[in-house]
Amino acid sequence: MSDMITLDHIDLTFGRGTVNEVPLFRDFHFSLRKGQFVSVVGSNGSGKTTLLNLICGTLQPDRGEILLNGSPITKLPEYERMKNIGRVFQDPLKGTCGNLTILENMSLADNKGKFFGLSRAVSRGVLDRYRTELESLKLGLEDKLNSKVGALSGGQRQALALLLVSMTPVDLLILDEHTAALDPNSSETVMELTDKIIKEKQLTALMVTHNLRYAVQYGDRLVMMHEGGTVKDIEGEEKRATTVDDLLSIFNTISIECGN
Amino acid sequence: MDIFLGLLTNILEEGFIYGIMILGIYITYSVLDFPDLTVDGSFPLGSVTCAAMILLGVHPLLALLVSFLAGAAAGVVTGFLHVKLHISNLLSGILTMTALWSVNLVINSGKAMVPYYDMPTVFNGTLANLLPKGYGVLIISFLLVVAVKLLLDAYLKTKSGLCLRATGANPQFVIGLGKNPGRFKILGLAIGNGLTALAGAVLSQQSESASINSGTGMVVMGLASVILGLTLLGRVRFVRGTTAVLVGCVLYRGVLSAAMLAGLPTNYLRLLMVVLFIAALLLNNTFGKKGAKRA
Repeated sequence: MSDMITLDHIDLTFGRGTVNEVPLFRDFHFSLRKGQFVSVVGSNGSGKTTLLNLICGTLQPDRGEILLNGSPITKLPEYERMKNIGRVFQDPLKGTCGNLTILENMSLADNKGKFFGLSRAVSRGVLDRYRTELESLKLGLEDKLNSKVGALSGGQRQALALLLVSMTPVDLLILDEHTAALDPNSSETVMELTDKIIKEKQLTALMVTHNLRYAVQYGDRLVMMHEGGTVKDIEGEEKRATTVDDLLSIFNTISIECGN
Repeated sequence: MDIFLGLLTNILEEGFIYGIMILGIYITYSVLDFPDLTVDGSFPLGSVTCAAMILLGVHPLLALLVSFLAGAAAGVVTGFLHVKLHISNLLSGILTMTALWSVNLVINSGKAMVPYYDMPTVFNGTLANLLPKGYGVLIISFLLVVAVKLLLDAYLKTKSGLCLRATGANPQFVIGLGKNPGRFKILGLAIGNGLTALAGAVLSQQSESASINSGTGMVVMGLASVILGLTLLGRVRFVRGTTAVLVGCVLYRGVLSAAMLAGLPTNYLRLLMVVLFIAALLLNNTFGKKGAKRA
């Protein structure tokens, strides 16, 4: 079993039994090999976010099974699945805790997977290691260990969120349009950082993005989704040869087919 | 001068005893962002539980501990209703508070008031005899509230405490850690209502009686003190939230006492409590925005 995540025979219909019934997935299949970094693109309503929600457990499929690193997780609640998954959200406020300091945020993230009991959360022995990790972000956060995270900019918070989810080993890193809410500069910084962390820690990553350039430039596989199915799934040489214009033309063809 | 000193002692005594509850409400309202109405029922629960224990001949300190546990159990019920049965936070509190009325009556043997004069309490034990006359209650209640505050401060720095603070501010972050934020909500409500019941028990030992009516208005008083304290001191560096809310509590009791001294008829007390609450809210909306939500 070399797949890190597998979605098998997934059926999902929104608003079942109502007049607004919208079938999205019909016998949908998706899998991601260990160590692969896939970018998923697609128009609104194509099922990208739903795919992430199914993996994380915020949504339950009507039928089908989801496997993470070989074990079924379909019936597990979200917080159980997150023990082995790291997720960075579009909203920079979600991935960090604004009322706690950088040091406290890192101490919590560092303890992921362990017991949260009555021992002191912040120990002195970790300070140097945390500083080194923050230095790698190149945002000057290493001098602000005791600042509240709420005082940081969106870009800084998102970079920190990335660092937090990669502090403990996870099976899968989920990037949920994580650069979409940032200004172009911060967006670029966070994306480069993402790539660096994924390579250094050899993570399996699933990135949903609306930025076609990122999808082309980063990762070793590209998936385009449309109306609950994959219309393009390329990797290797074929992926490297694909340009933003190629993707745009597929987008346009799909739109014309739909009568827009 | 003597009258003034007596009044001041009185304000501080009440401020310290109710302060134990204020620390609990700080946990639920400010740290967990949960407006908990259970308080009106868990305060007298502590009071009647303590009376029942004392009358059974239990040591006064053990009686306080049992009262804390009774209050914590009430908090768990509210948390269960909210987290597991998905009832809204306000309604969960109202339901538990209403149910507690019956529980309190049963514990109090169906009586509204159970006196236990001349029974041993923390205020008439060996420690009290060593203290200067007239200041026993003041010093003992101060020691109690400081002990609770220091324990709470220490707890909020533990791994569990940090998770509790994260739960109120960003439950999604706690999920990301692979932890169930619902558990921490229930834990926070247990601490909050445990401390509320503890305050009720201490007040009961001080007055040597238990009244099932002692809880009315506790939510309003508690929230007003928390908001007042955090608005005034919430953004001052090096002042902890737990210190700020205790100052808020003493100030609040002080204003109430001052109004009574100025000749306000007792009948207007509840009205004044609400006016003060609204004043604290307005103050917070004007100056404090971030202050009151600071954990």
